[in-house]
Amino acid sequence: MAAASPRRQRRGHAGAAMAARALLMLAAALGPAGAVWPRPQAERPAPGGGRCCLLPRRFGFAYAASSAVGPGCAVLDQAFRRYWELLFAGARSEGHEQPCGKPCAQLLVSVASPGCDGFPSLDSKESYELSIAQDSLLLSADAVWGALRGLETFSQLVGRDEDGTYYINETEIMDFPRFRHRGLLLDTSRHYLPLRAILQTLDVMAYNKFNVFHWHIVDDPSFPYESVTFPELSKKGAFNAVTHVYTASDVKMVIEYARLRGIRVIAEFDTPGHTLSWGPGAPGLLTPCYLGKNLSGTYGPINPILNSTYEFVTSFFQEVSAVFPDFFLHLGGDEVDFTCWKSNPKILAFMQEMGFGDDFTKLESFYIQRLLDIISSFGKGYVVWQEVFDNGAKVRPDTIVHVWKENSPPYKQEMAEVTKAGYRALLSAPWYLNHISYGQDWMEAYQVEPLQFEGSPEQKDLVIGGEACMWGEYVDVTNLTPRLWPRAGAVAERLWSNATVRNLQDAYVRLANFRCELLRRGVQAEPLFVGYCDHEFGGF
Amino acid sequence: MFGYSRWRQRGRKGLAAKPELAQLQVVIASPEPGCDGYPQLASSEAYHLTITEPVAVLKADEVWGALRGLETFSQLVHEDDYGSFLVNASEIYDFPRFAHRGILLDTSRHYLPLKSILTNLDAMSFNKFNVLHWHIVDDQSFPYQSIYFPELSNKGAYSYNHIYTPTDVHLVIEYARLRGIRVIPEFDTPGHTQSWGQGQKDLLTPCYSGKQPSGSFGPVNPILNTTYDFMTKFFEEISSVFPDDYIHLGGDEVSFDCWQSNPKVNEFMKKQGFGIDYAKLESYYIQKILDIVSSYNKGYMIWQEVFDNKAQLKPDTVIEVWMANNYVQELSRVTGAGFTAILAAPWYLDYISYGQDWKKYYSVEPLNFPGSEKQKKLVIGGEACLWGEFVDATNLTPRLWPRASAVGERLWSSRNVTDLKDAYKRLSNHRCRMLSRGIAAEPVFVGYCAHEARGR
Repeated sequence: MAAASPRRQRRGHAGAAMAARALLMLAAALGPAGAVWPRPQAERPAPGGGRCCLLPRRFGFAYAASSAVGPGCAVLDQAFRRYWELLFAGARSEGHEQPCGKPCAQLLVSVASPGCDGFPSLDSKESYELSIAQDSLLLSADAVWGALRGLETFSQLVGRDEDGTYYINETEIMDFPRFRHRGLLLDTSRHYLPLRAILQTLDVMAYNKFNVFHWHIVDDPSFPYESVTFPELSKKGAFNAVTHVYTASDVKMVIEYARLRGIRVIAEFDTPGHTLSWGPGAPGLLTPCYLGKNLSGTYGPINPILNSTYEFVTSFFQEVSAVFPDFFLHLGGDEVDFTCWKSNPKILAFMQEMGFGDDFTKLESFYIQRLLDIISSFGKGYVVWQEVFDNGAKVRPDTIVHVWKENSPPYKQEMAEVTKAGYRALLSAPWYLNHISYGQDWMEAYQVEPLQFEGSPEQKDLVIGGEACMWGEYVDVTNLTPRLWPRAGAVAERLWSNATVRNLQDAYVRLANFRCELLRRGVQAEPLFVGYCDHEFGGF
Repeated sequence: MFGYSRWRQRGRKGLAAKPELAQLQVVIASPEPGCDGYPQLASSEAYHLTITEPVAVLKADEVWGALRGLETFSQLVHEDDYGSFLVNASEIYDFPRFAHRGILLDTSRHYLPLKSILTNLDAMSFNKFNVLHWHIVDDQSFPYQSIYFPELSNKGAYSYNHIYTPTDVHLVIEYARLRGIRVIPEFDTPGHTQSWGQGQKDLLTPCYSGKQPSGSFGPVNPILNTTYDFMTKFFEEISSVFPDDYIHLGGDEVSFDCWQSNPKVNEFMKKQGFGIDYAKLESYYIQKILDIVSSYNKGYMIWQEVFDNKAQLKPDTVIEVWMANNYVQELSRVTGAGFTAILAAPWYLDYISYGQDWKKYYSVEPLNFPGSEKQKKLVIGGEACLWGEFVDATNLTPRLWPRASAVGERLWSSRNVTDLKDAYKRLSNHRCRMLSRGIAAEPVFVGYCAHEARGR
């Protein structure tokens, strides 16, 4: 199969080349129409193969009379404009429109529930139905978020003939996501990502029906988040306090841009580890490490034994809770290195006092539990990395545990244990897209089955979804987009589509096609394998 | 040097507190400086840069050395926090350790738009690379628009848009020349030629399934006179279009299955007394191609198989060692037989992996192989290869840079420049510099640049 990775011996043999050509021709024949990514739950093309054409000058999106939302609904008003642009941007340069036998004049959109100005949530309904017939195009959805998903699907169904005519084949689509939480993590601490890069990523997430932007905004290397309460944090902790920060207005823009695409923004302020950059702007926050009896001059995790720590955390997270509207905050809690705590005599004394012995996971949990209570007091729920659960901290029953370690323990085992304990789980372990390797590694990501672990149906129900992670050690705006897309698309389909959608050959053809569509939409998505697109990046 | 600076304003008077360097004078020593010619393997790239005030002097034998010196000078100029451009008084004697320092780009697995090729020529000049090995056609597509055989690209390119016209090719060659970069095209035969068969009937060997043709085709058909008539004409064109002294003729990964299946081929083998040794048939073909190309006064480069399979080669053949297994032994063998070698095997940059893999490219020492001093002299350089199976203009620049820069230093700088910590600092700096020059080089590790890439 052409989709197989070439051997280490430089290049595949001629057979692979032939198969690749055949698949390319097949892909070209399919065209953009009929190759929706991610694959909808149910699709029924009309048996007659009828189609209608779309005239850019006359086609429009409109609210159906029955719709509970109408003009003034910013989410859909703006989506209508966006999708019109995506569909017909190529038409602008042409003078005459192609004559069109059976034009479809509009897509009517009907949303059952009112509610346009709120934020999407874990429980938002994203289901929709698309009914494409020669005399009517209808999109119906329970909520505006479903309408957004349906508009995206619609935009992928429209094809273009060689003579330039836009058309859409008659079909019925009934669709909804398999998992409610389909996320993408970006890391803006290891490398600063300019606002434009984040916004563009949100666009492409929407094309892939991702609905959660997990913003790992600060970490050890830098603190780009401009805090209103504690301006010194970014002043002293950002790579550059002027050029490498996210102002309050930047953050607002990201949140609103995401909302208009039905994407939740879950901010992660990871503590008590991964906090070196917090130190310069918050003296006394981090634990001072010792070398023997003397201060070494270096710092470790947040100091869990000081009252001032919890005062700071309270004020800081009060701001964060107000700034980020989603119900959930991600609190991190991963990879806490105990070395510094172990070296500090005051910490050791505290451990004695508390009866923790020399079990530093108890100290870690002590901090985490207080943090979680603080967050709860602000009416927020939380997501934590798996260590918080592994190390036995007492967490609320509605805590979401984020499984990220591939081994020790194997992630399938971890999923079993987390759900057995009654917590909801998010899977990321097999989806670390920053771990690049030679060849078509999207296939490994695609073949992951999130529910393949030992557990009861009730346990499986607790898996609410997963996230593709793009950690930033080696990634910034120069390589973010090609490294993310189309590889993250494999995760997007795994989380949206039916569990039975697993055929790699079929996925290859559709994903390669979708990649060409991404290029046409101006996204710098890298190739899956040898081949070409009608629109090449930086070319024509 | 100055274009990116945020302080730049027309007519602004700079602070003149320090002594000002008013001029860099460039002196070319040789009576034949080479201004209107093309860079060659034997060109001198040495230069001597003296920076003192008020006039700095850059001396070089040939213009190519001056180009290298200008690049160095541009890297010495830095901007302080107040917008002043500064350069330290210094004296630099420099020349490349190896004469052949190349980048291989593959425009067959994926078409690369012209802009992408030109941008990378710029980046190459920032890294003192001096050879573009243009692997222009292969199995998957034939984007080279041939004047004598237009059907090759008419039928073999991905589409009519996915081609390089003669004008495009001239542009690449001239753009490269102005940067002191040689363009060595590779027309790889007899394997890797599927796309040639689309536009040139009967060029490829028809494969057989039992007694019947199977419908598929194999390598170039070595037994027909028409094959050599075609190659004679084709390489006449190539020899005139590409001005470099060398053409790369490929010769790698020839699969014998199709030849074995074809009764006419087997008949020929018998007649020639090759027995069942298809390597002999391969060498028979290659030798005829080499002779054809020689007749046009070109030298040739070939992949190592041609040498390994014992074809008769002219003494000035350059053999490219690419197979990762035992490349050290191969270097010994090739140079031991008296041939010139270039090294590509440890520098397949298309083989990406997680982490700072530039370090392993940097740590290669090309002359670490068993051999005499005379043999070592036969290693004239190397190439960083970016094969195109998974690469096109969307990801080429960040994948190539700054990883290829590690190879660039290994091939230019002195053998004892090996300290990784120091290299890390300089490479990170160099990466930021490339960013400010509009090259979307990816990060080396965690950190930032004062001038980040703008992103789309």
